[in-house]
Amino acid sequence: MMSGRKSFLAIIFTALVFFASAASMSGALAQVRIDITQGNTNPMPIAVPDYIANDPSTQGLATDLTMVVMANLERSGLFKPIDQRAYVQKLETIHEKPRFADWRMINAKILVAGEVVPLPDGRIQVNTRLWDVTANQQLASIGFKTPPENWRRSAHKVSDFIYKTITGEDGYFDTRVVFVGESGPKTNRVKRLMIMDQDGANPVPLTDGLDYDVLTPRFSPTQQQITYMALFDDRPAQVYLFNIETGEQESIGTYRGMTFAPRFSPDGQQVVMSFERGGNTEIAVMDLRTRKIRQLTNNPAIDTSPSMSPDGDYITFSSDRGGSQQIYVMNANGSNQKRITFGDGRYGTPVWSPRGDLIAFTRQYQGRFYIGVIRPDGSGERLLTESYLDEGPTWSPNGRVIMFFRENRPGGPVSLWSIDLTGKNLRRVPTPGESSDPAWSPLLN
Amino acid sequence: MLSRNSFIAAGMLSILLGLSACASKPVEAEPPVTRDPVAEAPTPEPVGPVPGSLEDLKQNVGNMVYFGYDQYNLTPEAQATLARQAAWLQEYPETRIRIAGNCDERGTREYNLALGARRANAAKNFLVSQGVDPARITTISFGKERPIDPNSNEAAWSKNRNAMTTLMSSVGS
Repeated sequence: MMSGRKSFLAIIFTALVFFASAASMSGALAQVRIDITQGNTNPMPIAVPDYIANDPSTQGLATDLTMVVMANLERSGLFKPIDQRAYVQKLETIHEKPRFADWRMINAKILVAGEVVPLPDGRIQVNTRLWDVTANQQLASIGFKTPPENWRRSAHKVSDFIYKTITGEDGYFDTRVVFVGESGPKTNRVKRLMIMDQDGANPVPLTDGLDYDVLTPRFSPTQQQITYMALFDDRPAQVYLFNIETGEQESIGTYRGMTFAPRFSPDGQQVVMSFERGGNTEIAVMDLRTRKIRQLTNNPAIDTSPSMSPDGDYITFSSDRGGSQQIYVMNANGSNQKRITFGDGRYGTPVWSPRGDLIAFTRQYQGRFYIGVIRPDGSGERLLTESYLDEGPTWSPNGRVIMFFRENRPGGPVSLWSIDLTGKNLRRVPTPGESSDPAWSPLLN
Repeated sequence: MLSRNSFIAAGMLSILLGLSACASKPVEAEPPVTRDPVAEAPTPEPVGPVPGSLEDLKQNVGNMVYFGYDQYNLTPEAQATLARQAAWLQEYPETRIRIAGNCDERGTREYNLALGARRANAAKNFLVSQGVDPARITTISFGKERPIDPNSNEAAWSKNRNAMTTLMSSVGS
């Protein structure tokens, strides 16, 4: 079953800052900084010439790497890569200052100058310098050493470097997404656990879908581990752990009834989930080291979809104890349970932002589904998306982008989408087939 | 797979043998045969599915009960169906059943898994109240994952909000 699994995580990156001449960042940032808290109607024009590869063995790779960087920047909605055909200067080296006027002429604000150099040990070194074309100075530079076959992750690392230099915040390009790959008719669906890069590259099935369906996979914030729910035909659904590196799986929800809706705690040492007994659903937390379970809610309502705050102090969840499904917040020990949503319709799948400031949710109202965000105190609700079925938000590790799944029209295919926290930049996330239940990984190391 | 292949091979062989038998058969006139008139055998009378089977439960009792949107209370019609199921279960005391709770697609995945569990247990509790041993009943929830009608309209949704009773595979196990 695990034959298709790739083990590229084993490849370790070496990052090094290699230009002693790197300019001080603080002085230059004022000119080109993007404030990502604002809806960005004017993405920053950026020039990304093909990475220079003087050795023929790395030329194809250098071009591919450049394309991935450009695509990442474009998809972020914060940058507008300028068509390479407009470039006036052809860079011969990255070790001299570019002709800034040539880049200003095409309205570039930033120039990404890069090269790929083969190393004696068979690896490659990917060097990147960022130039502020308006201020005529270097913003920052970085180099990565990696095996050639790992060039795509180098491209993501470079993209994260650019994102962080310009916005001041961590990026989310060197990340992966686990999701459910769906196939077959609605009445006989097969749902497999799958994983891919955040840009849709390298999709790989992790389960074969024969013995059970996989629902609601979630990434560990600290390890290469997933928790998900397995739906069987002949026994109640159970929560599982899945180790991405070894392929090992184990059930951690061996109650008599069903266990579902698992999520890791921020330290990766606990899993909050729902368990069902006699038709009643409560929330519990399991310590993964001791396997001890503590029940946190106790009432006849459906209490489910728990998600811990990044500081581990609080849990948000959904409950219909007030008559309809709404979002609540409680202390991590189960005390002080408070309702935070009061709008029309129903609210479910609350997910705490990795930044801690917001909770994303699915709202249903008059036959439509919405993805929205709200502050943990219940104020500031904003709806970001709407369709026939939008469900299951997951946050990028920097808390700036939300991925979810969508069935655009009744009976239509389900697919993955992303939207910026600003409510702009709605994008389809490419997947090999119908897909649902995305979960974003933390930034890889 | 092996047995399936050998089955096919055996079939091919018998066809070939049959063909060769036909081919080698001498062509000659059949002598006239006189025989006694044959009385027509009585046609077996169909009586429906085997008593105590799932088909029996489906056709003569009803194995589905339906729910309102986001509801798990039993309608009078659902209670009548379940009362018949209870009587049927008393009649076949060695049968064991599984009740699966299902939901329409108009809800989130996790909530619907919980709602399906409520529906299955509502049906189970009613059967127990009618005297059925709870040890004979297991429940399961499929949430919105196993619709019986793939369409996206009210008629389909009302079918997909159900508790479905089926027999556990091996009787008395």
